Amino acid sequence: MIAQAAAETSPGTMLVLVLLSAALTDNILLTRFLGMCPFLSISRQLRSAFGMGLAVIFVTTGTCVLNYLLYVYLLRPLAAYGVPAESLKLILFIVVIAGFVQLMEMLIERISMKLYFSLGIFLPLITVNCAILGASLFMVNHVASKGFGLVQVLLYGFGTGLGWFVAIMLMAGIRHRLKNARIPPALEGAGITLIITGIMAMAFVIFQGMIKI
Amino acid sequence: MTFLLPILLASLAACGLTTALAAVLLVAERYLVNYGPCRIDVNAGDRELEVAGGETLLASLKGAGVFLPSACGGRGTCAYCKVKVLEGGGPVAPTELPLLTEEEVAANVRISCQVKVRNDLRIEIPEQLLSVRQYRGVVERIRDLTHDIKELRIRLTEPERMDFVAGQYVQLEAPAYGDNPEPVYRAYSMSSVPSEDGVVELIIRLVPGGICTTWVFTILQEDDEVTFSGPYGDFRLSESDRAMVWIAGGSGMAPFWSMVRHMKEKGIARPVRYFFGAVRRKDLFFVDELRALEAELEWFTYVPALSGETDHDPWAGERGLITEVVDRHVENGAELEAYLCGSPGMIDAAAKVLHAKGITEERTYYDKFG
Repeated sequence: MIAQAAAETSPGTMLVLVLLSAALTDNILLTRFLGMCPFLSISRQLRSAFGMGLAVIFVTTGTCVLNYLLYVYLLRPLAAYGVPAESLKLILFIVVIAGFVQLMEMLIERISMKLYFSLGIFLPLITVNCAILGASLFMVNHVASKGFGLVQVLLYGFGTGLGWFVAIMLMAGIRHRLKNARIPPALEGAGITLIITGIMAMAFVIFQGMIKI
Repeated sequence: MTFLLPILLASLAACGLTTALAAVLLVAERYLVNYGPCRIDVNAGDRELEVAGGETLLASLKGAGVFLPSACGGRGTCAYCKVKVLEGGGPVAPTELPLLTEEEVAANVRISCQVKVRNDLRIEIPEQLLSVRQYRGVVERIRDLTHDIKELRIRLTEPERMDFVAGQYVQLEAPAYGDNPEPVYRAYSMSSVPSEDGVVELIIRLVPGGICTTWVFTILQEDDEVTFSGPYGDFRLSESDRAMVWIAGGSGMAPFWSMVRHMKEKGIARPVRYFFGAVRRKDLFFVDELRALEAELEWFTYVPALSGETDHDPWAGERGLITEVVDRHVENGAELEAYLCGSPGMIDAAAKVLHAKGITEERTYYDKFG
């Protein structure tokens, strides 16, 4: 049914599908295992996980858009002159992400301490998070192969962040319950978290590619 | 030449973008993160640090020369950089909570790499972390304690005060002089009391041919400037309240001369027997002062012992090697702690006697002259 819907692709459904596939069937964490470090360390507490998840949504959305503009208006035109845009994008995307994150942290800290403590404080922790860079790099593939425009990219970035948010919230919920479970000492902490992530990932991987944009 | 164009363009793109971002960040830093100068009060006035606000507490302290342990590089994962923030730290951040116990939160313990300096702070950190640094001072007084031991009294000029624990030592720099082409550093225990502000006293015995001691004895004059670093060492009173045996010879007096007066000031009344070994009567010093302390403090006993006086000498005190004297006096070693400071030969011999008396190695503290 979804495939049918995709086949028809009115502009509206196309956008919904971009969002859904980014968030669910192509979940960046559970199908590609990107952004694991903060996922493992911050999922101990629901509240922290929530803030971290929000921060990732915010940053993937922002950086996907910025990197899209960078790619379309700088790198692609330069490629015509023989500049290796594909290699250069890796370095430049990282720089943009780091700059964006730093700037946002300063801004949020100045605007509201409440917002800073719920969201801004996590920003430095994801400066070089691979999920963020991954989102930008996959975005470029989509731009090349499926002709994503600015709106799609915005939704794609948002969806990718949302997917990470969903994953860490699920894990934080599970780990909250785990506090009362009897876990073999050797598996406590990261060990059991990785095993659970693997089981969750299986559920997500099954749906991978179900939505074809 | 055409192959140069892509390289040039790529470099331009990369550098241009990076420069633009850096410029934006610099402007943002200038106007967004400018919290002006902030004061950090460490350990209730022990140190006053003036730092530029906006950085993390960990980084600010590092900039001011106070080094906290940190393994994760300020990412808030290792929790080594814990610090007590008594005032001005703001609410505990969510990035700190997973690393702190409830008791720690209640006791104002914070993860210093996650605390930003936005205003004046009052913090508390363990004394030993207020680490070693370089000091300058002026020699206020040089006095002869015996024919071959001098006492150096140094008034600190930069910084003007030093925090140390009774029993610690400094490394005194003897500058290049005569045939000695390079500065050398020698360790001397501080004999002054930690509470005495801005002053450090050292007890130095002339070592024939010694570079530093010769410099102190022949060249150094009052009002000269000296440089040293410190405080070093963990030779200090333990936290227990066991009775103690102190054993020293020569300039090994220094840490104990500091400790006994420190204990008197602080009202630490742990029983102490202080054995001081010398050869002749002219090698003894601070006798009157120690006798006075002995009379005043019921927990303190001073036992000077001479090994080289002739039988005709009217010396009424203990005679013999310090090991023999200790052997005669010390019983029930299992209840005691021992503190030894002096030449390696004397220390090793005395430690052997003490162990035979039942004082365990864990309860024996050494300050050996290298």
